[in-house]
Amino acid sequence: MGDRLGVTKTYKLLIGGKFPRSESGRVHAVGGTPEAPIAYVCRASRKDLRAAVEAAEKAQPGWAGATAYLRGQILYRLAEMMEGKRDELAAAMGVDQAGRSESGRIAEVDAAIDRVTHYAGWCDKYPQVLGCANPVSGPYHNFSVPEPTGVVGVVCPDEHPLLGLVSLAAPVLCAGNACVVLAGETGSVTACVLGEALATSDLPGGVVNILTGVREELIPHFSGHSAIGAIHAAGLDADESRVLREGAAENLKRVCIRELTGDAWFDDSACEDPWWIEPFVEIKTIWHPSAT
Amino acid sequence: MTTATRGTGQQGGQQGGPQAVLTPLSFSGEGSWAYDPAPERVRPTIRGRYGLFIGGEFVDPAGGKWFASVNPATDETICEVGEAGEADVDRAVKAARDALPGWRAMPAKERGKLLYRVARRLQERARELAVLETMDGGKPIRESRDVDIPLAAAHFFYHAGWADKLRFAFAGRTPEPVGVCGQIIPWNFPLLMAAWKVAPALACGNTVVLKPAETTPLTALVLGEICREVGIPAGVVNIVTGAGATGAAIVNHPGIDKIAFTGSTDVGKLIARSVAGTKKKLTLELGGKSPNIIFEDASIDQAIEGIIQGIYFNQGHVCCAGSRLFVQESVLPEVVAKLEHRLTSLRVGDPLDKNTDVGAINSKAQLATIEKYLDAGRGEGARLHEVNGSALPERGNWCRPCFFTGVQPSHRIAREEIFGPVLAVMSFRTPDEAITRANNTPYGLAAGVWTDKGSKIFEIASRLKAGVVWLNTYNKFDPASPFGGFKESGFGREGGMHGLRAYVRV
Repeated sequence: MGDRLGVTKTYKLLIGGKFPRSESGRVHAVGGTPEAPIAYVCRASRKDLRAAVEAAEKAQPGWAGATAYLRGQILYRLAEMMEGKRDELAAAMGVDQAGRSESGRIAEVDAAIDRVTHYAGWCDKYPQVLGCANPVSGPYHNFSVPEPTGVVGVVCPDEHPLLGLVSLAAPVLCAGNACVVLAGETGSVTACVLGEALATSDLPGGVVNILTGVREELIPHFSGHSAIGAIHAAGLDADESRVLREGAAENLKRVCIRELTGDAWFDDSACEDPWWIEPFVEIKTIWHPSAT
Repeated sequence: MTTATRGTGQQGGQQGGPQAVLTPLSFSGEGSWAYDPAPERVRPTIRGRYGLFIGGEFVDPAGGKWFASVNPATDETICEVGEAGEADVDRAVKAARDALPGWRAMPAKERGKLLYRVARRLQERARELAVLETMDGGKPIRESRDVDIPLAAAHFFYHAGWADKLRFAFAGRTPEPVGVCGQIIPWNFPLLMAAWKVAPALACGNTVVLKPAETTPLTALVLGEICREVGIPAGVVNIVTGAGATGAAIVNHPGIDKIAFTGSTDVGKLIARSVAGTKKKLTLELGGKSPNIIFEDASIDQAIEGIIQGIYFNQGHVCCAGSRLFVQESVLPEVVAKLEHRLTSLRVGDPLDKNTDVGAINSKAQLATIEKYLDAGRGEGARLHEVNGSALPERGNWCRPCFFTGVQPSHRIAREEIFGPVLAVMSFRTPDEAITRANNTPYGLAAGVWTDKGSKIFEIASRLKAGVVWLNTYNKFDPASPFGGFKESGFGREGGMHGLRAYVRV
């Protein structure tokens, strides 16, 4: 029997629970050598972003309307699926970032799984920490509750492609937002494998959408899209931050840019608390008279 | 003090007549109780000129320019105030920067005690401030007396208590002051907005450069006097007066760590762009086109009062005004008839008269804006309802409270913020339709819902995209209650525990 020819895989976008190619037809090579890359990933266009935002808009009310208990279980299920794909995720990261040791990649996958678990547990708790009853001077019931902002853009750092992605996306998701993720430029394959875990984790299609592509090209479209209500980003340089914030001013997006680098992403005390959720909720304050 | 705010406060009106007849007590002889003068009889002490309040002193503007603050009810100049240029703003920021280490280092309890003193002085000077506010801005004395000034004092009182308790407000984090805060406020609630900005900033250990609106600078300047009088260290509070250019100088000053702005959405977006390439923190409290939804199972008479409060309070110069009225079809005729009737009992006129319900429009420019929208409403085919009651004063800026029926969602009067006593009335059939149409706006500041069904009212409340939702009430405010918008109505909250977030780093 001769050598079997392997089936090579094309990594596609995740939009609305499906895996389409970029409408632009563009791909770029990842890993290996320029002559013999290990994989091709899609180079998403503005139109792909629009499709992803539409899918997110459609999915968000249902996700926000699910009980907090259910959202928590679904995010926990994502952690389970990631655990099952632990080796595959680490291998994908090796394609994206050839120089990294296997133990380092496995450590990142483990930290990412634990981070998802952490935020799964916040789903039915953050409203109690971020909301409150307000003692107004009058015969009124008055209380403040956090509500999801809506569709959130998640712009990932290049380093730590998995841990960075889930650290930015999980707090957004646990509050009932849907998101459109732009994978780090040196993390496309990892993000696509995570997308496969997402698609089989009971998370409704469209709640998380993943684009791979060129950050410089897509940031202005993320920041300018009027249906994106907030952006959670990390790993941006000063120019990218400015472009993002300027565009965001047009519809007054809430923008939160993290400045974590290196091992700081592994630091639970820096990355795991309700103040990571808070930028992606809107506080609604409700008054009602109290009388007989 | 009046607690959760009364709005236009027509307790009589709809439900009929005065509630009780009080026999005046008669006193005579030595040691008898004298009646306090009615508020409008208190004459505030007004200097001919007010300089800029920088570093604890009133100083002349470097450019030597002054502008008039005019009484919008009489067109008379009240006094002159300094116009702060870039050099003045720079000086104010330096003063704030210099004062920062000492203010931060002061024991939090002491900082709190200074804020308590401010609250007390505001209470003690409440009548004078109410008259001054009404003269400078045109709002009815009953509102400045019962709403603006008491709430401003309450705001300082509430935040004074937070100064030494901040570590309990941010779960698991240690809050630190942001630094020097540039704060730009509008003309609709001049002293109250100053209190909303200054009190939490100071409680959290920041220093401030405050710019009141150019048409209503006076009560903020008195607040400066009070800060100095009670012993707030020089430079902790600086007040620079001027128009848009002064605001731009604050926004663009590199020595400022945080901008807090209340005003129009257009200017808010400009500010967001201006600070995009900087490390400045930003909170924005912007415009609105808030829906007020009346279901057929509401108590209609109460709802009518809520509608009136929602749109005619403060001449409609309210960012959260309930300016889009959605009435369920079956009760539309009843609601329109009752609104029309209710308009006949709203008194428009001298803001210093205690019986006035609707005062003067704040400025000629704002009056022109409102008139433009009245023309647009008529031009687009809506029907204007206004009551030609008593004659309006000959001088000053006036607009009769009014509403439009036959309004389409595409009409400008149904989409754009008018900031005047103009209501757009529309109808709906189902709760889903009401929610969809209420949310169909880039704004998301406030909303009102009227129904006597408990489960329905909470479901509607949870589906409305608005930062403040008033159920069976409208236009209530309290220092403990966070205020601020969703979407293009801005970000950040003011008041309550959530309002502290804007003034700390965690």
